[in-house]
Amino acid sequence: MNHLLMLAVRSAWNRRLTLSLTLIAIALSVTMLLGVQRVRDEAHQGFNHSVTGTDLIVGARTSPVQLMLYAVFRIGEATNNIRWQAYKDISASPMVAWTIPVSLGDSHHGFPVLGTELSYFEHFHYGDGDGLVFSQGKPFKDTFDAVIGSDVAEQMGYHLGQRIILSHGMGMAGLPEHSDKPFTVVGILAPTGTPVDRTVHISLEAITAIHLDWVGGAKMPGFFIPSEFVHKFDLTPKEVTAVLVGLKSRVAVFRMQRNINDYEKEPLLAVMPGVALEQLWQVVGVAEKALLAISAMVVVVGLSGLIAVVLAGLNERRRELAILRSVGARPLDVFLLLTAEGLFVTIMGVVLGVVFLTLMTLALGPVLKSHYGLAIQLQWLSPEELKLLAAVVCVGLFASLIPGYRAYRLSLADGLTPRI
Amino acid sequence: MANSIIELKNLVFRYASATEPCLDIASFRAVAGDRVFLYGPSGSGKSTLLGILGGVLAPQQGEVTILGQNLVSMTSAARDRFRADHIGFLFQQFNLIPYLSVFDNVLLPCRFSERRLQQALAGGATLHAEAERLLSHLDLGPALWDRPVTQLSVGQQQRVAAARALIGRPEIVIADEPTSALDADRQASFLQLLLRECGEANATLLFVSHDRRLAKDFKREIDLSTINSVSHEQEAA
Ligand SMILES: Nc1ncnc2c1ncn2[C@@H]1O[C@H](COP(=O)(O)OP(=O)(O)O)[C@@H](O)[C@H]1O
Ligand SMILES: [Mg+2]
Repeated sequence: MNHLLMLAVRSAWNRRLTLSLTLIAIALSVTMLLGVQRVRDEAHQGFNHSVTGTDLIVGARTSPVQLMLYAVFRIGEATNNIRWQAYKDISASPMVAWTIPVSLGDSHHGFPVLGTELSYFEHFHYGDGDGLVFSQGKPFKDTFDAVIGSDVAEQMGYHLGQRIILSHGMGMAGLPEHSDKPFTVVGILAPTGTPVDRTVHISLEAITAIHLDWVGGAKMPGFFIPSEFVHKFDLTPKEVTAVLVGLKSRVAVFRMQRNINDYEKEPLLAVMPGVALEQLWQVVGVAEKALLAISAMVVVVGLSGLIAVVLAGLNERRRELAILRSVGARPLDVFLLLTAEGLFVTIMGVVLGVVFLTLMTLALGPVLKSHYGLAIQLQWLSPEELKLLAAVVCVGLFASLIPGYRAYRLSLADGLTPRI
Repeated sequence: MANSIIELKNLVFRYASATEPCLDIASFRAVAGDRVFLYGPSGSGKSTLLGILGGVLAPQQGEVTILGQNLVSMTSAARDRFRADHIGFLFQQFNLIPYLSVFDNVLLPCRFSERRLQQALAGGATLHAEAERLLSHLDLGPALWDRPVTQLSVGQQQRVAAARALIGRPEIVIADEPTSALDADRQASFLQLLLRECGEANATLLFVSHDRRLAKDFKREIDLSTINSVSHEQEAA
């Protein structure tokens, strides 16, 4: 048995030039398979960890998934806001322990700007219940103070005291700027691995203040209110985008949800984050499965290439198989030899695929993080991934039975003297 | 009378794809230490006969007794073992596994047969030393040992193959046209080496060729057509 394995490895190594292309194809397909799986896991984990301890998310009536996406993940934009009075009413409910108002719409170099209150720094939790921690500075106090997430600080190279200018609207470029009302960075949050890292936080008053002299999407012509005069105006917000609600008792969550959904003065929607996420996964799940299926198909294509190459080389190896038979190999040994060879290349492909994945994680990790907020890290293979790899090896083994069987038949027919 | 090493009786063999039998041999015998030159034109069934002796082909009728054991009654796996244990084979050309070193090629039978392994070690030396001894005896100096086998000349390859056939002292060495790919000078010297080494190893040699000129060095010369009652027209094989 040992010597057969040795022969299989030596034979594969001998034909490494021919096999290397299919080896790389298998490796890349394995990389893709694992990559898809990893991005998926990371996305799930990231989303599930982005908000904890919040019982309800409230916004204007829309779909639960959409509300969740813009209120927590800053993905997409709210079509409607909710009135300040509605926020006040919710906060006043005896069931409510705390509320965090969220006002979105502006941005800074592509980072979303979030208007909120100080309750945010106290009550917002993520991960396994971790609270926000300042790595430097403190919460905003003055109107034009800003607190930035760790990614913003790192990518923009900002320090405390940095003056920043916000843009009106979300997007990367070509946005009108609130250049007349610069903000000062007074706090930098420690990394959380959530959308908080990519957020610029300011007070709700500040949101009102920078839009005093704006109508719709543009500055009012001929009307200009300098920063130092904004306090002469009433800076109470007229609306907010969403509200995160923490209840005194989780038992009340359904009652509170119903109350909000039945709110008379305007149509509101309250969703439980877990339920909304579950809906999101159901929607995304189809695409995920499709992607995984495509990756699996690519693996099959890679393995087919391997089998084709091994089969194609078989005819030239009939002499070799006859020699092995003459020194005592059974046809079964020949079968094992060829099967082992295919299996060996498959295993090499899997190993190389993991190496590729590691290299790609190192190379692309930072880009994925900064552009998509996906924190793909170097990590040991998860049981799920090991299962996938084992499945690849199994398919490779089954596929290798084909050249194995063919060689078996050939060596039975050829005996000691192949008639080539 | 010397021990019977190979004995055939009323052997009939037909390829599954053929309508007529290929071999029909009433009797054939080789004794210990025999040097048999088996002659027959191309296509006369020489290789087929060797396949039967090696236990790779099973005859439809008759007895094949080698070293006192009846091959016909064995399972095919047992015949494969038997071949590995007792017979060294040598073919016309491309006798070596291209991806194995000279030594690994020579030692191949010891990987498949425990008996050959033990007998190769019996002299007290290591496997490697035994292979070296055989290679040196076959005029293959150390300079060639580390070459990839694909870089050896045909004659050198045949001598490596001879070392492989002889290692572990099999009782029988079967050579199927081993000199056909060599030029005349080398044919003679290779044959001398092979005969000498078979003598030294005490192996019975069955040497097959379509070239009658080589027969003079053998104790016994057999024309296959005289023992095979199936008449073969001159056909290509
Ligand atoms: N695998 C096979 N299937 C069918 N016929 C075969 C096979 N091998 C050899 N033959 C036929 O058997 C005859 C003897 O072949 P062979 O033993 O190779 O002759 P030789 O070795 O004397 O040249 C030839 O007619 C050949 O065509
Ligand atoms: Mg022949």
